[in-house]
Amino acid sequence: MSNNIYLKKGLDIPISGTAAQITKKVIVPDVVAVKPTDFRGLVPKLLVREGDKVLAGTPVLADKMSQNILFASPVSGTVAEVVRGEKRKLLEVRIKADAQQEHVDFGVRKVSDMTAEQIREALLESGLWPALVQRPYGIIADPQVKPKAIFVSAFSKAPLAASPEFALGDEISDIQTAINALGKLTDGGIHFSLNAENYSGTPFHKLENVIMHTFCGPHPAGNTGVQIHHISPIRKGETVWTVSLLMLAAIGRLFNTGKYNLKRKIAVTGPEAIDPAYVEGYPGISMKDISEFYGSSENLRFISGNALTGTAVGAEGFLGFFDNQVTILREGNEYELLGWAKPVRLSQFSSSRTYFSWLTPKRKYNMDTNLHGGPRAFVLNDVYSKVLPMDLYPVHLLKACLAQDIDKMEKYGIYEVLEEDLALCEYVCPSKIDIQQIITDGISLMLKEMC
Amino acid sequence: MNGLRKLTDKIKPTFEKGGKLGFLHSTFDAFETFLFVPNTVTRKGSHIRDCVDLKRVMIMVVLALVPAMLFGIWNVGFQHKLAFGLNDWGFWNIVWYGIVKVIPLYLVSYIVGLGIEFVSAQLKGHEVNEGYLVSGMLIPLIVPVDVPLWMLAIAVAFAVLIGKEVFGGTGMNIWNPALIARAFLFFSYPSKMSGDTVWTGGMTRYMAEGTAYASGNGLVDGISGATPLAHPTIEGLQAAGTGFMDMFIGTVPGSVGETSAIAILIGAAILIWTGVASWKIMFSSVVGGLAIGYLGYAAGATDLPGYYQLVMGGFLFGTVFMATDPVTSAQTECGKWIYGFLVGALAVTVRLWNPGYPEGMMLAILLMNTFAPLIDHYVIECSIKRRAKKVKIA
Repeated sequence: MSNNIYLKKGLDIPISGTAAQITKKVIVPDVVAVKPTDFRGLVPKLLVREGDKVLAGTPVLADKMSQNILFASPVSGTVAEVVRGEKRKLLEVRIKADAQQEHVDFGVRKVSDMTAEQIREALLESGLWPALVQRPYGIIADPQVKPKAIFVSAFSKAPLAASPEFALGDEISDIQTAINALGKLTDGGIHFSLNAENYSGTPFHKLENVIMHTFCGPHPAGNTGVQIHHISPIRKGETVWTVSLLMLAAIGRLFNTGKYNLKRKIAVTGPEAIDPAYVEGYPGISMKDISEFYGSSENLRFISGNALTGTAVGAEGFLGFFDNQVTILREGNEYELLGWAKPVRLSQFSSSRTYFSWLTPKRKYNMDTNLHGGPRAFVLNDVYSKVLPMDLYPVHLLKACLAQDIDKMEKYGIYEVLEEDLALCEYVCPSKIDIQQIITDGISLMLKEMC
Repeated sequence: MNGLRKLTDKIKPTFEKGGKLGFLHSTFDAFETFLFVPNTVTRKGSHIRDCVDLKRVMIMVVLALVPAMLFGIWNVGFQHKLAFGLNDWGFWNIVWYGIVKVIPLYLVSYIVGLGIEFVSAQLKGHEVNEGYLVSGMLIPLIVPVDVPLWMLAIAVAFAVLIGKEVFGGTGMNIWNPALIARAFLFFSYPSKMSGDTVWTGGMTRYMAEGTAYASGNGLVDGISGATPLAHPTIEGLQAAGTGFMDMFIGTVPGSVGETSAIAILIGAAILIWTGVASWKIMFSSVVGGLAIGYLGYAAGATDLPGYYQLVMGGFLFGTVFMATDPVTSAQTECGKWIYGFLVGALAVTVRLWNPGYPEGMMLAILLMNTFAPLIDHYVIECSIKRRAKKVKIA
């Protein structure tokens, strides 16, 4: 069954610094970090101590709430440091990698002979379970629950996102294995969404045992949340899972090779990245490992992920578990004389017609992190829904979150959105409201009150 | 440019917390952010942001109002010339008279309004909001040119305090602040806000003192000074020598900025093109006005065809600049159609069937401002029900 869904609303942000499709280097990891902060709502339990030897696949952390969910080390080496923040909150487990990588052997297995229970066990013990994200709320999937369906987006329209064809095109067989495995965990099948503009050009359309959908439109058409909304919206009480292509490849590798191997091609992008291109590495690699992409780290922002939804990790920071992109931006911490009053402001992009950047639709802009204004209350009400291809009322949802009114949050669709889906609303907001933070707080409230 | 920045940086510490003039922090901040886009960087969420901010949005509305303001200035002088038979007045005489009459209105509007904005921002420790740039631009355009300045000052103060600040400032208000100012004047000082003598510059003074500014002339015979709304019949308009085109161009008495449909339409084009105001509200308001206008025509309530209602009085000005205020109008796209239609329909209804008020635009908009949240509520309820049904079927 194939399904074409055309989305009109949205915005492709014309930011410069697309990664060239070459692998510039293979990173030999030095220090990598496992970060419990990559997972929403996780209360981690530390399983190792400083000085312990670990292999790639050795559990480092467990989820305190359900202790069979493990988080493994991506490399073999020695636990160098456990970094804690305020109130001793666990932030990072840093592991000094060995020169020679050794993996825990989970054994090569044939998925077709395995039961759902065995697959679940294999994912849990290997530390790959956290790759499954549950909706609503975007938390780690609950192993006790059988989801309504599993959703995979095979493309991303996020600014400068890594090309899945380049990054994962040669891992089709692993991805197919993972699909076969995960298909046993749900009765609703695996919904697989492709970019309609590139349907026949992508190797992913040959995948089997999936329900194919194609989406056409600007960002956020590639967001799983938007796709779920159009394929089968989440109602109260339902749970669905989402998993990224990147994680599918890792899951497939587990069954095909018996190894916990999160190796991935990482797009180093952004206006400040010198000759942006791909590198091969692991989650948890340090920004220092990509130092050839920037001159001096001064006044730069290093983002694990894309410029809309990623996390600023700092020049000393580490790549997140789910990310295969680093964006390097300049901190826009300078004043601009009469910026808002200039009739034309050629160096800046605006999606609104109050400036003239609509005259140069092909142009790419060297965007920085300046807020371009001061925070205000909500004033304009129609700018948000123009970039949100969902049948929702974003301003009302946000106000319900601000008012902490759970009934209304439910009604206005808090189950269907994650921060990433409203990131564009935040980008275009003339009142400079931190919309993603409001959604984060709203989801935290729901988690606290509903569980 | 760098010099200016250096100077600002030099005096900045004085205005910061603990500085000598720390209590003026918000005021300094307002001027600084007016001159410079601040150097703040994103802290949470999206790392990059669109370069549009509220200042830019507001300045677009101000720009859109400029044609109406310029025409208003000219028309104030032109009406004065007509009323007092100043046949030797040229273009610049007319404009100069308009400037002399209109600029004080602006001074009062901005000094009083911004003054209160600054003080309340200071008290609350907020940034000064740019919303009043628009309200302050609107208010002089929707009052009769002869309104006494002290009354205007009280009305502006009322509008900013009760219309806006008590709700929490721009973005939180229920009613359009500029219309609150006008409503305040309308109900507190009806003799200065309606009737035949307030619309032409200098006429009030002539009535009171027997002399008018810049002119020893008496009133020309047969000049009534009434707006076309005072005699909304074909006959009445003919007697006053007013045709459809006069009202379309705007050479008739009326509030300062409301008379010229052309100038307002230029503003509407700017607002719609930049996406600042909703074309849906404007369009449906016009449809609503036409519908009731023709209904009244058919029912014999008036002998003016419906399209006359659009160019008379403040209908178009209200439709383009007041009803579309994004804060007080309906927020849902479907709600905007309903809201706009009712604004137009109610305004013309009041005109045609209420003998007490010749003009209904202000009251129609304020009433619909009040009901906008209700409209939104039902639109959203409907949408949620519809979606729930769709999910059940699928």
